[in-house]
Amino acid sequence: MPAVSKGDGMRGLAVFISDIRNCKSKEAEVKRINKELANIRSKFKGDKALDGYSKKKYVCKLLFIFLLGHDIDFGHMEAVNLLSSNKYTEKQIGYLFISVLVNSNSELIRLINNAIKNDLASRNPTFMNLALHCIANVGSREMAEAFASDIPRILVAGDTMDSVKQSAALCLLRLNRTSPDLVPMGEWTARVVHLLNDQHLGVVTAATSLITTLAQKSPDDFKTSVSLAVARLSRIVTSASIDLQDYTYYFVAAPWLSVKLLRLLQCYPPPEDASLRSRLTECLETILNKAQEPPKSKKVQHSNAKNAVLFEAIALIIHHDSEPNLLVRACNQLGQFLQHRETNLRYLALESMCTLASSEFSHEAVKTHIETVISALKTERDVSVRQRAVDLLYAMCDRSNSKQIVAEMLSYLETADYSIREEIVLKVAILAEKYAVDYTWYVDTILNLIRIAGDYVSEEVWYRVIQIVINRDDVQGYAAKTVFEALQAPACHENLVKVGGYILGEFGNLIAGDPRSSPLVQFNLLHSKFHLCSVPTRALLLSAYIKFINLFPEVKGTIQDVLRSDSQLRNADVELQQRAVEYLRLSCIASTDILATVLEEMPPFPERESSILAKLKKKKGSSKLPDMDDSRKNVNGNTEHAEDAEVASKVPSHTFTDNLNVNSAPSSGASLLVDVFSDFSSAAPTESSDEHFPRFVCKNNGVIYENQLLQIGLKSEYRQNLGRMYVFYGNKTSTQFQSFSTSVSSNDVLCSQLNVQEKPVDPLIEAGAQVQQILNIECVSDFSDTPVLNIQFRYGGTLQNIAVKLPVMLNKFFQPTEMMSQDFFQRWKQLGAPQQEVQKIFKAKNQMDTDVTKAKVNSEALGQCEHLGPSVTDLSYSINMQSDFSFMILLLLWCFYESSQLTSLCSVAFTPPALRFRCSSVGRCGS
Amino acid sequence: MRFLLLFSRQGRLRLQKWYTAISEREKKKIIREMTTMVLARQPRTCNFIQWKDLKIVYKRYASLYFCLGVEHEENELLALEIIHRYVELLDKYFGNVCELDIIFNFEKAYFILDEFLMGGEIQETSKQIVNRAIESSDMLQETMEEYMSKPAF
Repeated sequence: MPAVSKGDGMRGLAVFISDIRNCKSKEAEVKRINKELANIRSKFKGDKALDGYSKKKYVCKLLFIFLLGHDIDFGHMEAVNLLSSNKYTEKQIGYLFISVLVNSNSELIRLINNAIKNDLASRNPTFMNLALHCIANVGSREMAEAFASDIPRILVAGDTMDSVKQSAALCLLRLNRTSPDLVPMGEWTARVVHLLNDQHLGVVTAATSLITTLAQKSPDDFKTSVSLAVARLSRIVTSASIDLQDYTYYFVAAPWLSVKLLRLLQCYPPPEDASLRSRLTECLETILNKAQEPPKSKKVQHSNAKNAVLFEAIALIIHHDSEPNLLVRACNQLGQFLQHRETNLRYLALESMCTLASSEFSHEAVKTHIETVISALKTERDVSVRQRAVDLLYAMCDRSNSKQIVAEMLSYLETADYSIREEIVLKVAILAEKYAVDYTWYVDTILNLIRIAGDYVSEEVWYRVIQIVINRDDVQGYAAKTVFEALQAPACHENLVKVGGYILGEFGNLIAGDPRSSPLVQFNLLHSKFHLCSVPTRALLLSAYIKFINLFPEVKGTIQDVLRSDSQLRNADVELQQRAVEYLRLSCIASTDILATVLEEMPPFPERESSILAKLKKKKGSSKLPDMDDSRKNVNGNTEHAEDAEVASKVPSHTFTDNLNVNSAPSSGASLLVDVFSDFSSAAPTESSDEHFPRFVCKNNGVIYENQLLQIGLKSEYRQNLGRMYVFYGNKTSTQFQSFSTSVSSNDVLCSQLNVQEKPVDPLIEAGAQVQQILNIECVSDFSDTPVLNIQFRYGGTLQNIAVKLPVMLNKFFQPTEMMSQDFFQRWKQLGAPQQEVQKIFKAKNQMDTDVTKAKVNSEALGQCEHLGPSVTDLSYSINMQSDFSFMILLLLWCFYESSQLTSLCSVAFTPPALRFRCSSVGRCGS
Repeated sequence: MRFLLLFSRQGRLRLQKWYTAISEREKKKIIREMTTMVLARQPRTCNFIQWKDLKIVYKRYASLYFCLGVEHEENELLALEIIHRYVELLDKYFGNVCELDIIFNFEKAYFILDEFLMGGEIQETSKQIVNRAIESSDMLQETMEEYMSKPAF
């Protein structure tokens, strides 16, 4: 046991930990723990009241047991007791237990909230810090509700200690992340921005984190932080390393603060003010220069801190994307890192260059490093670095180097780690398609992909090659010849058989003139693979055979014999058997004309976005791939694909394919061939729409949703806190909807605030018919979310999902209250707290007409008393009303002319802060 | 920052700190994945791993692995230095810290971390100030200490 003499040792705890460590086996450990748990439980339950020390010790033991990975289901009350103690060590352990064990157990949180409140008010910085830490750790809604308004006050109060300010800033940051709606903006925001000027660098660091988070959500409110951040940054980068004393980290001046300031600046575009902008450019240049200086220390910490600032500066340069000079310099400096001996730097340089490649200014500069990146792909020992090299090659690829890059990626694929093969396959497929000038190259590349990494070629990739071959006449003959040759290989991947079967079935005739690939040879070649393939591939081959019968009447007999054989006609698989039977029948009874019509060459597919891209995006999660593709179009002037897609989207989608998709009965001859391209309908995408939603702020009736299939109308009425909504579902099609069902979902918070009860609805809606459903609504307390109506039904075999936001808003439950003007202003003054008032100034679109406004406001069920108080402006009047749940909303609408433009000012005062959001929308419709 | 984990070469968890609310089950899953993933890394590979939508930044100090899960836009190199700063603080407090110190004084390891990081953001980067804060809270407990003479159990 180590001899730590600091603080108080809890001997009992140390003995227990030693015991556990001495356990020879897992069983012994569990036994020892169970014994201890039983002991602690009996102590906690015992008649004798425990003293603080014992309680602390036992709670600590529980914590230790929990950290070993065992579940703890008691001791919370004792921890709450400790937390409320006056003794620091007890309090500290109590807080620790809560922050480690409690996630958001609401019962308990109510209990500790009280203790936290006391500690926050204690003016003892140590206690305040403990309390703030606890709030930040648990961060639940209940806590946010209880403290979100206190913490800003602590943060900006003049007499708050620095360390408490730091905690308060970060605590607020955390609450803003978990429940942004509960953190009220107010006059404190301006004062927070000024913390960037604080003497204490620790306070500045914490404040910068907070401001960055807030600025991401509402950039306009924190615009003033830009100039302060630039000034601060400039002071740091020009300071000598000793100036900042302990904030200098291994000879680097305040790296954490610098990085945070640079991150804050990334929330904004480049400053418009010329002098500010040049000052920032100077800062960035200084950072780039400093990175080139010889190191002041050999320690890795020095280089890490220095380069951390450099990478963040480069991230800002890329974000601004406006200074070609800086971009090219950044690229060159990253280029030096590509061959650095530190693996970390090579990794980061590759990653950072990926984003540089997307800027038109630095794209060319990035391209000069292609050889280094390719050699990284071949020689790096670390797979994560190789992965970054692949990403960068993908990002720097354009028409000029696409052949080289695709070739390198293909050759790397042969030895690539299994974990990244699929991604490389997708990337190669996308690049090959995007930069194909001549489509024979594209076909070759995809066939190579299948040859090298057939198992990793997903369906999307081989669907796409077929789609492209069908749509491009110029490549069909070449494709047929190439797949024919590829199929000669003794062992070929099943994906190749699929592509080969499909293409020869469509375009085999284009190579049939050559005796080496006569119809019979083609058929025999395909059929030699048949027995090695899985059922779906066999089904595809059968379809290819029937197409052969149409293309080449001379092999009809041979193919009919195959179809007639027992292994087909009596196949155990229903699908195969059915195909064999039907194709055989079709070939016997149909005349050549009918056959030719039924088995006609596939019409071109409507151009759609490559599903490969979608797949890659999904694989990559939220990473930066999508932007890259968008922005790069400009760089290369390579937009023809986008244009193609646009043209195609204007052409009405092909009825032939659509019809087949809808009734995809297996009997329809080419169903598999067609189905291959439809999104398999099992996962019906949910359609959601709220375009009609805003109209319902003032209206109660109307159409809330409409698409080609379904129209949803609403009629609603409200009285006091109750509402009834009639929902009408209209079937616009000529087929009935089956298994029609609806459900109303509300999020957890809304559930407790609003009851929505739905009456059952008929599961069948006949063609052209309309059915009605009644929803009963009860408003329990004020709310700000909206319930969602989910509709599900079957239309022609496919499942449709629709989600519609129901226009149930708080204002529907408003009730007017008439009152005298004195009363009104008296009440107005009582509601003076900043979070109780919201004010909005907006340009009026129309001439203000008192009657019209009144009518609009009345439709919101607001009572009013006219011409109140001294009219400062052309027109001023006020409305107030009281809702059913005993709080009051006062609304004041002013209009005034500002430089001959009519402007309105809407002020609303109200009691519960939660109303804030609603009120601003009430304000909008008042104009 | 989403989480900080400390585990030994044998994969025994020594400290866990979570900066977002997630369920116990999810935590256990992440811990398992992190230990297997990080322990399987070869020497002299880079200290960053892309994992789902997070970056994992890890570093080994003697027998302990320090492993951070940070958001995508976070600076990896500074995350490494956060780890280093924490190690320095532990070192200063315990005097050449070793795994045993953290096992037997796990609560202190938490307190030190809390002085340094909060809500997943760095709170105080100055080593002096953090050390002073830790010392003063130790002072606080010694002056209040009245149970030193209590018997051990």
